[in-house]
Amino acid sequence: MAGFTGPEDTSRLKKQFDHSKKQYEQEKYQKIAQKHVPKASIFRNSLNAFLMGGLICAVAQALFNLISSAGFTVKEANTIVAVIMIFLGAFLTGIGIYDSIAKVGGAGAMVPITGFANSIVAPAMEFKKEGYIFGIGARMFSTAGPVLVYGIVTSIIVGLIAFTIM
Amino acid sequence: MKLKEVNKVSLLWAFLIGGAICLAGQLIMDLTPYEISTGHVLVGYVTLGALASALGLYQPLVDIGGAGATIPLSGFGHGLVQGVLSSIKNQGIMGVFMGGIAANAAGIAAAVIFGYIMAVLFNPKG
Repeated sequence: MAGFTGPEDTSRLKKQFDHSKKQYEQEKYQKIAQKHVPKASIFRNSLNAFLMGGLICAVAQALFNLISSAGFTVKEANTIVAVIMIFLGAFLTGIGIYDSIAKVGGAGAMVPITGFANSIVAPAMEFKKEGYIFGIGARMFSTAGPVLVYGIVTSIIVGLIAFTIM
Repeated sequence: MKLKEVNKVSLLWAFLIGGAICLAGQLIMDLTPYEISTGHVLVGYVTLGALASALGLYQPLVDIGGAGATIPLSGFGHGLVQGVLSSIKNQGIMGVFMGGIAANAAGIAAAVIFGYIMAVLFNPKG
């Protein structure tokens, strides 16, 4: 059995003790950090998403008011607003501004239709080097494709149910 | 109320409803333990918007929020379902297949053409 007689043993033990104490404190700190940091950033992310999403929708509503006061019907005005917002989303993505908007706004920038346009342009631009057909042509729909698929499938199922009931 | 006041109030409602819809998306992304990409959120929003529209729950949101409800992607699902339902009345079973895309043709076409033009014209930064 190893005894604890020599001064080397004491210093070794002291080192081990210091080391595990340090480790314990680090773990404790990390636990505290884990508790606090995500909560704070979840709150900030949510606030940013709310403000950015609200801002984009308010801009769209301002366009809608302007267009419907020019004598268009609600349906027409909605269509024109959607087209303009898609153009803005695509253009701002092209010139590199929408990236910064998305960094701040998170879901607030992705969920509006401008974000849908962004999800078309960003991968298409990135994979342009793979060619105009399988680079741009295919990658445009890496996110927009699933969105169209699930939107159209759901609407047709709803339609079939409504048709049989009616 | 005068038209100007109506317009101002509509901006506020669009901001609140649109902001709330986006906030929900952010919370879904942040609070779900496994990785959720924006693609998942967008697909979820279109599907949920379509289902809510079918149950008659989305139109009230549009009536209050205006662009705040139509501009988020759930509004696209709503547009698809309403297009299908309204064209069933005139075209029957053909309306089921034509109505959704017909009602949103301009948006889909705009997304394709503007998306294509911007991707051709511009290159990613950095």
